[in-house]
Amino acid sequence: MRGAAHAGRVACAVAVVLAASGCGGASDVIGGPNGVVRSSWGDPQNPLEPANTNEVQGGKVLDMVFRGLKRYNPKTGKAENALAEKIDTADSTHFTVTVKDGWTFSDGEKVTAKSFVDAWNYGANVDNNQKNAYFFQYIDGYDKVHPESGQPTARALSGLKVTGPRTFTVTLSQRFSTWPDTLGYAAFAPLPRAFYDHHADWLAKPVGNGPYTVENYTKGSQMSLRTWKGYPGADRPRNGGVDLVVYTDNNTAYTDLVAGNLDLVDDVPASQLKNVRSDLSGRYINSPAGIIQTLAFPYYDKEWNTPDAAKVRTGLSMAINRKQITDTIFRKTRTPATDWTSPVLGADGGYLAGLCGRACDYDAAAAKQLIQRGGGIPHGRLTITYNADTGSHKEWVDAVCNSINNALGNDKACVGGPVGTFADFRNRIGQRKLTGPFRAGWQMDYPLIQNFLQPLYYTNASSNDGKWSDPRFDRLINEANADPDTKSAIRTFQRAEGVVRDRMAAIPLWYQNGSAGYSDRVSHVALNPFSVPVYNEIRVS
Amino acid sequence: MGRYVIRRLLQMIPVFIGATLLIFLMVNVMGDPIAGLCGERQCDPATEARLRQEFGLDQPVWQQYLTYMGHVFSGDFGTAFNGQKVIDLMASAFPVTIRLTIVAIVFEIIIGIIFGVITGLRRGRPVDTSVLLLTLVVIAVPTFVTGLLAQLVFGVNWQLIRPSVSPAAPFDELILPGLVLASVSLAYVTRLTRTSIAENARSDYVRTAVAKGLPRHRVITRHLLRNSLIPVVTFIGTDIGALMGGAIVTERIFNIHGVGFQLYQGILRQNTQTVVGFVTVLVIVFLVANLLVDLLYAVLDPRIRYA
Repeated sequence: MRGAAHAGRVACAVAVVLAASGCGGASDVIGGPNGVVRSSWGDPQNPLEPANTNEVQGGKVLDMVFRGLKRYNPKTGKAENALAEKIDTADSTHFTVTVKDGWTFSDGEKVTAKSFVDAWNYGANVDNNQKNAYFFQYIDGYDKVHPESGQPTARALSGLKVTGPRTFTVTLSQRFSTWPDTLGYAAFAPLPRAFYDHHADWLAKPVGNGPYTVENYTKGSQMSLRTWKGYPGADRPRNGGVDLVVYTDNNTAYTDLVAGNLDLVDDVPASQLKNVRSDLSGRYINSPAGIIQTLAFPYYDKEWNTPDAAKVRTGLSMAINRKQITDTIFRKTRTPATDWTSPVLGADGGYLAGLCGRACDYDAAAAKQLIQRGGGIPHGRLTITYNADTGSHKEWVDAVCNSINNALGNDKACVGGPVGTFADFRNRIGQRKLTGPFRAGWQMDYPLIQNFLQPLYYTNASSNDGKWSDPRFDRLINEANADPDTKSAIRTFQRAEGVVRDRMAAIPLWYQNGSAGYSDRVSHVALNPFSVPVYNEIRVS
Repeated sequence: MGRYVIRRLLQMIPVFIGATLLIFLMVNVMGDPIAGLCGERQCDPATEARLRQEFGLDQPVWQQYLTYMGHVFSGDFGTAFNGQKVIDLMASAFPVTIRLTIVAIVFEIIIGIIFGVITGLRRGRPVDTSVLLLTLVVIAVPTFVTGLLAQLVFGVNWQLIRPSVSPAAPFDELILPGLVLASVSLAYVTRLTRTSIAENARSDYVRTAVAKGLPRHRVITRHLLRNSLIPVVTFIGTDIGALMGGAIVTERIFNIHGVGFQLYQGILRQNTQTVVGFVTVLVIVFLVANLLVDLLYAVLDPRIRYA
C-alpha cells in the first residue's frame, strides 16, 4: 500500500509539470486572420513525397504545401494555370511549358523549369520506388527509366528538355490533347534542391512552394502548418494556419468537434449522419465529389465473359434499388449513378446524366426476366466481395444483395463476401481468382472524363481489375485522346462510355459526396471536387 | 534466488522465439501487404518488385524471419511502410501506453483493494452486496460502451475533460481513459481481494493478532492484507501485459496514439515489421512482469523460498 500511494503522488507531480508545459501551446485559441484552424487528419500511408502519395490524407498536405503548373478550381474543378504562364502545343504530342516568374520555394530557392523537370525525372525513375510513377508514363522515354523489369537504362526522361530558365519542352509518346489538364495532380509538383540533397530532413519537414509551410510535424500525431508570408500566388490563405490532428477513429474526431475541441472534420462517420444537422446546427456540408462506386466483374472467368452474361449484368443493375439504399443507408450523402463518370465534371466536362438509361432504373420484373434470358447468374450464386475494414461497405453490400434477392424472389441468390483488410482484398483481385463481382471505388486523379474511363476499362489499364477488354472501346479512347478539339473529344469519350453501358462492363452504383462538419469558430468552409477542404479560404472568427 | 532468476530468464528464450515466430507467421498468412499500397489499382509491376525487395518480401518466409530476428538482436526493428523506423514508432508509442497503464494499475490497486477489504470485512452487509452488484455490472458491460459513455458524459455533456487526449498525452488527460481501461480488472481485483480477505479473516493468526490486543488497522494491514494479497498480486502482474496490449479499444475511443494505435494500424496495413516489433516488446513485458510477480511472492510470504 505504501508503494501504491507513492506512485500516485509521483503521477500527480508529473501531471502538473506536463500540464504546465504541454497545454500552453495547444490551447492558445486566437481568432481573426491569424487564427489557426484545427482539422482532423489520418496518418498518411506513404512518405510525403509528391510522386509517392496516392491517398487523400497525404494529398491534403501536398495541396497546402505545393502548387503545380495547374490547379483545379476548388468550385468548378476546371484546370487553371497556377505556375504555368502558358503551355503550347501544335500537335498534342510536343508541348512547350513556360513557368511564371517570381515564384520561389519557402526556403528561398527560385522555382525554375529545372525544378519541374528534375522532380518529374525523380518521380518516374524506378529506382526511387515512387508509387505514382505511372503518371509520367505518357512522357517519351518512360520505358527506359521505368522498365517493366530489370535495371533502368536511362536516368532521365528523354521527352523532357530544359530550354531556358523558365521554359521546358515535353514530348509525349502518344497524342494526348488534354494532357496539360492532368498537371494539377500532386505528382507533377516542382521540388526544391533540398529534396534531393537532404532527403531525410526534407521528409521530416517538407518544403514546398505552396501557401502554407510546415512548422512542426510529429509523425503519426500532428502537423502544424502556418501561412507562408512570402507566398506569391493569388490564393493567399485567409487564416493563420492549419493544425492537422491525427484521429484513429472518425467517431472520436466527431465527438471532439461537437465538444468544441476541433474546427473541421472532413469525414463525418456514417453512424452520425442521422443527427449531424442538429448536433452542428447546420454547419454541415454535403457536396458532390469525384468519386463513383461500382461493382466490377471478373472477365478472366469464362462464365462472365459471354454475350449472355452482359444481359445478366444489366439485369443485376436493374435489380438494385439505388435510391432506397442511398436514402436510408447513406442518408443522401450519395446519389444514385446514371452514368460512369461524376457530376463534378459538369456537362461541359463530359458528365452525362441518364447515359445509363433504363439499365440503371430499378425494375424488379424486367431484371428477373433479363437475368433468366441471360441464362441465370453464372456459378448459380452471386458473391459480392468487399473489404470490411473501412467505409461501412458491409451495410450497402448487404442492402444490394437484399435488393437483388427480392427482385429475383430467391433468398440465396446473392451474398456478401467480406475480406478482412484492404491489402488482402487487393490481393485477391490481383490474383484473379474471384468468381463474382467485387466492390470497385474510383476517386478521380484529375477532373477529366478520360480519368473515369481509360484507367478502368481500357485493355490492361492500371485499374482495370476485372480485365475487361473491348476493341471498340479502346479504339474510341485512342481517337478521343488524339482529338485536339476538347468538345468533340468529350463526345467521343461519351461514345466509349456507351460501349461500357451496352456491355455493362461494371454496374454503376452511386456518386459519392464529400461530407464535412465544422465548428462555429470558422466560416467559408467548402470541399473541393476531391472532397478535400479548401483550407486557404477558411476564415477564423 | 539468483539461480532461480537466471533459470527463469533462460526459460524466456524459447517462449520469446516461439511467440515471435507465431506472430510473424500469422501476419504473413494474412497475405501480401504490397497490394494494399497502391490504392484502388494494381501497383505497376516494376515498382511492386522494388517495394517487395526493399521490405525483403521477395524471400521465403523462414529466411525473412531469420533476417528479421538477426536485425532485432542488433536493435533494428525495421521500417514501416510510411518510411518511419519501427524503433521511432516505439519510442513515441510506448511512453504513452506506459503512462496509461500506470494510471490504470494505480486505480486497480487503490480502488480495487480498498473496496475488496471493505467488502471482505463486511461480508453480507448492504455495502458488500451493493459493491458486488456494481462489479457485476462493470464486468458485464464491454469497455467500448463504458468508454464511449464516459466520453460523452464527461467530455461533451459536462465538458469536464477533452473528449480526446492530446498528442503529448500527459497524465492528467489520461485519468478518465485509465479508469475506463482499468474498470473490468478493477472489478476483478475487488472480488479477488474480498474472497481472500473473507477467508483469511477467520484464520488462526488473525485471531491471535486480535487476541494480542493489536489495534484493528494493524491487524488488517500487517497480518490479514499481506497474506491475502498473493492472488491479487498475481492477477495485477499478469494484467500489466494485458493492459498494455489490450488498450486498443480504449486508445481508439480517446484517440491516444499509443501501442494499440500502432498495432491497429500495423494490422490494417499488414505491416509485418510494425506488428512483430510491437508484439515482441509486449511479450518481453509480459514475461518480465510474470517474473516480478513470482519474486514478489517471496516478499509477501516469507515461507516461500526460491532456490
